[in-house]
This record gives sequence, structure tokens and C-alpha cells, in this order.
Amino acid sequence: MIPGVDGFIYPNEVELQWGLLVVLYPYITGLVAGAFILASLERVFKVEAVRPTYRLALLTALAFLLVAPLPLQLHLGHPERSLEMYLTPHRSSAMAMFGFVYLWYLMVVLLLEIWLEYRADIVRLAQTTTGWQRLVYKLLTLGSENVSPEARRIDDKVSYVVTVIGIPSAFLLHGYVGFIFGSIKANPWWSSPLMPIVFLFSAMVSGIAAVLVLYMAFMKIKKMPLDMGCLDTIAKYLFYTFVIDFSLEMLDLVQRTYEADESFRTLDFMVHTRLWGSQVILQICVGTLLPLVLLAANQLWRFSVSRRKAMYLAASLLTMMGIFAMRWNVVIGGQLFSKSFLGYTTYKVGFAAREGLLSAIGLMALPFIIVVVLVKLLPPWAEGKPSENVVG
Amino acid sequence: MDLSRRDIFKIGGKLLLLASAGATLDEILGAAPPSEAYRMADHWWGMIIDIDKCIGCGSCVRACAQENQVPAGFFRTWVERYQVEEGKQPLVDSPNGAMDGFPPSKRTDLKSFFVPKLCNQCASSPCVQVCPVGATFVSPDGVVLVDETYCLGCRYCVQACPYGCRYLHPQKRTVDKCTLCYHRITKGLTTACCENCPTGARQLVDFKNPKDPVHEFLRNNKVEVLKPYMATQAKVYYKDLDGAVR
Repeated sequence: MIPGVDGFIYPNEVELQWGLLVVLYPYITGLVAGAFILASLERVFKVEAVRPTYRLALLTALAFLLVAPLPLQLHLGHPERSLEMYLTPHRSSAMAMFGFVYLWYLMVVLLLEIWLEYRADIVRLAQTTTGWQRLVYKLLTLGSENVSPEARRIDDKVSYVVTVIGIPSAFLLHGYVGFIFGSIKANPWWSSPLMPIVFLFSAMVSGIAAVLVLYMAFMKIKKMPLDMGCLDTIAKYLFYTFVIDFSLEMLDLVQRTYEADESFRTLDFMVHTRLWGSQVILQICVGTLLPLVLLAANQLWRFSVSRRKAMYLAASLLTMMGIFAMRWNVVIGGQLFSKSFLGYTTYKVGFAAREGLLSAIGLMALPFIIVVVLVKLLPPWAEGKPSENVVG
Repeated sequence: MDLSRRDIFKIGGKLLLLASAGATLDEILGAAPPSEAYRMADHWWGMIIDIDKCIGCGSCVRACAQENQVPAGFFRTWVERYQVEEGKQPLVDSPNGAMDGFPPSKRTDLKSFFVPKLCNQCASSPCVQVCPVGATFVSPDGVVLVDETYCLGCRYCVQACPYGCRYLHPQKRTVDKCTLCYHRITKGLTTACCENCPTGARQLVDFKNPKDPVHEFLRNNKVEVLKPYMATQAKVYYKDLDGAVR
């Protein structure tokens, strides 16, 4: 008997091929897509209430997007060859498209939109700061210092178009990540046309929750008052998106249970044993139902400001944990059972290994550090004022 | 073959000097002439496996490991033992891939048989489809190969293989799998596993060779591939494959 193995598995299946770092990859790209879609609520759908988080959402998306390829890079057997994906992409591979979708999203959508949004501020800062800061802002102007009302009007128009392109791009970025898993016919836990849609909605849920948490944290640090109207609106959108996300996941579950194809017995047993803690307890009960109850209560009753703040914060943190558990259950769960449907293996996370816990913690901390730097460099709010955007 | 710029100049010079003497390209490049001309387009390789002939001795697993320097704990080929009781899930084992054969069965009242496994050399291969850089490919003679100088080690192909035939080579950090002993079959030899099978349970076949016994075998026997619903156009055919086999 091989330790950690129950029943019969093909002999090459003992070790999991995709570990914790591959769990981080869809989690991080999901946060990017979700944060961007929250930003576009204000820009395209004119939800004025969420304006205080517009810029923060963009910076959050950028911070996570910059980190997104790192877990994959660390995971590769030969990271030095990763450029080959750009140079000689295999057109039939879903994964080969990652580089292009990523670059498109980073260069064409996110960087352009952030630059256009901040252009007037950058020009002003380039004129008012001194020393190295001045140099940085000078570089960031990209040589364009025209901030006349006419120029700003053009910026605004272009920025609107970029956001309109950005929404399907954000859908593409994360829907595509779902497709990487959903298109593997060899694996019944993954193979589902619902996978890209489920990934997309769970991305929106986690991204909205992340921006809400970051907004509350920054306001606390900067000792600025929270805009409760903004918070209430974000919580409302979080609730609606979460309801759709949860319904889709339940639809998938009901379909699998009702169809009960040849893989069902194996997967059902896995959910009741190896995945019980991470899926049923963490993902569904603590990470989905509990935040849904907290958010739903706020749609039904009016609580005091301090209570609302606490409930939103708790719901968002639980949501972020729940979506992480969902990514874990998809990626790791999909490799715990044998493709023979006759046995199971076990996954143990290393601690200081290349793909271990320490790397994962470092990679998860990195975007938060980047966000702090970005907020310092490109302030989303006028300091000292109630949380409103800097007027350009 | 890796050619540096210096090599190209050298060869170019030799070409100029020797072309008039009627030298062949192989002589100029310094490669040993093949024992007989091997044309990839003339072959389409696969395997036939007669389950009833397999005695589970593990000779094929040992021969493969030795021939291909397969790292310990990983398998390019392995043998599974099925013990099937009416109306129950089959009992399956493959201790260390059957490298040392099987211990005697504790049950004698069960339908029992051995199933050798290897890469199915699928013509429509899901592993080839998903490789982000095309490092794994179907050769023109029908063998699924991995270019280890090109593989990123992303392991998407391992996930995509329905049969569990691929693994990450622990030293090379690239994906490894059965090559159908490509280095042997292109020299007119059979695979190490086939050569060492004492009962002839596994046979290398060439579907493009009209004289290959495979045609008669397929005409006269009930055969099946593994997981036919995966529609991978597998080229490893099993005679009298039991429904319990996964």
C-alpha cells in the first residue's frame, strides 16, 4: 500500500501535478476580473454610489494582475521556457492563449484606463512635487501635459470606450481560466460547460468583496470617513452576484447528482470524505451561506451604521475565504480521485518548498503590498476630505 | 541535431568540396547511415494486447524501465490485476506497477485477469491538443512524443490524459511518457516490452503495413480500446476486454 492512497489509482497518479500555486492562479485572476467589473459599474453603468471605490478598484485589479502570472511561473518545471508560449503558441491549446489574454488585459485595458483616469492628477503632481517623485510623475505623463477641458473630454470618451471593451475582456480573462478546467474531458470533476460561467461569477463575487475590504481598511488607516451609501451599494451588488454564483454552483451539483453518471459515486464519496471540510464546511456553509445570510439581512432590515460595517466586513472576508476554498476544491479536488474511478490519493502542502505554503503566502501578500504602493503613488481620494475622488 | 553557426560554415565548406565527388548528405553531415531507410510516412504504429495471454509476470515493466531509464515510482507501462465479483466494484491492484509481478491472490472464487497498460498513442490525442507550446505531438508515423528540450513542465497534458500515462520526470522537470520505444522501432526492432513478453501478449503493429498480422487479428477478434467514449482514436487494441477495466 502506498501511504495516502485508498483503493486503486493508476500508478502515475499518486502525486498531484497541480498544487497550491495553481489554486492561487484562478483566485488571483478572479480578484482582478471582479475588481474591474466593480469599477465598470460606475464608469459604464453609471452607478454613482460606488464612485469612491472606482479608482481603488482599478488599482486593486492592477496589483493582482501584476502578480497573476507569478504562481504559474513558479509552478513550471522549466520557467525559463515560458516565453515560448508567446513565441510559438500552440493554437489548439487553451493555456497558450493565457499570455495573449493577459497582455491584452494589462496593456490595452487596465493600464490605459488607469492612465486616462489619473492623467490630470499625474500632470498636477509632476508640477507640484520635487525630487525623484517629480521624475516618476514626469515619466508617467508619457510626455503629454495637456489637461485642458477639451483634452480631458477626449480622455473621458476614450476611457469610456476602454471600459466598454474592458468588460468583455474581464469576462474573457476569467471565463477563459474556467475553460482551462472545463474543457478537460478526461476529468469529470472539471469537465462542464458551466465552469467558465461559474468561474466568472465567483470572480466577480471575490473581487467585489476584496475591494470592499480594501476600501474599509484604507479609510481606517487614513482616518477618513466611510461613505455608507457606497458601502451599502457594493454590499447589495455583492449579494446579487453571490446569489447568481451560488445558484449556478448548485445547478451544477443538482445536475451531477440527478444524472449520476459513472463518475458520480466516486465524486460523491470524495465530497463526503476528503473534501468535506474544504467544500461542505468552508466553501458552502462558512464561505457562502453565512455571508449570504449577513448580506440578505441587510436587504431586509436596516441596521445601525456600526453594525452594518461589521456585517459587511465579516461577509466580505468570509466570501473571500469561501471563493478561495472553491478554487481549492476545483483544482485539488479534481486530482484527488483516480481517473479509474476506483481510488483516491492525498495532497499534502509542503511548507518551505518551491510550491509550498510559504511561497503561497508571499504571493498572496504581494498584491496587497503593491496596492499600498499604488495608492501612495496614485491617491484614489483627496486626502483629508470625505471619501471622494480627486477632481482632476 | 543542434547546429552552431560554426558547424553550418564547416558543413557548407564540406558541401562545396564534396558535392562534385557525389557524396551523400549523410556522409557530409557525418551521421552514420541507417541500417535501412526508414520513412515515417510508411508507418502507423500501434499495439495489440491479448489479455488472456498476459500472466502478470511484469517482464514488460522491468524491460521498459531498464530500456528507457524510467525513474523509480513512475511508469511508462504497467500491469493491472482485476478481480471481479458479480455485482460488485472490481478489486484492482498494481503493486509498484507490477514491476515484480503480483503476490498470490487471496481469493480464488473471482474472475481474475491481467491488463497491461501503456500510452494508447491516440491519433486524436487530448494531451497533444492542450500543450501550450506544441512540445508534445503525434509523429507522422503515429507515435505521441514529447520534445524534452521544449516542454515547459506545466503538466496540462498530464491532466488531459484520460489513461494516467504521463508523469513529470523528477530530474528533467519535463513530462515523460511511453515513446513506443521510438529509438528501437525506427531501426526495425520491436519495443522492449513486446520483446520481453514471454507469452506474446503484447505485439507492436504497423497499421500501414499490409502484411502486418494486425489486419487479420482485427478481422478475427472482438477488440476494444480503453475508454472508447473519450473518442481519442486510441491505437492500442485489447482482445476480449472486460467491461470492468478502467
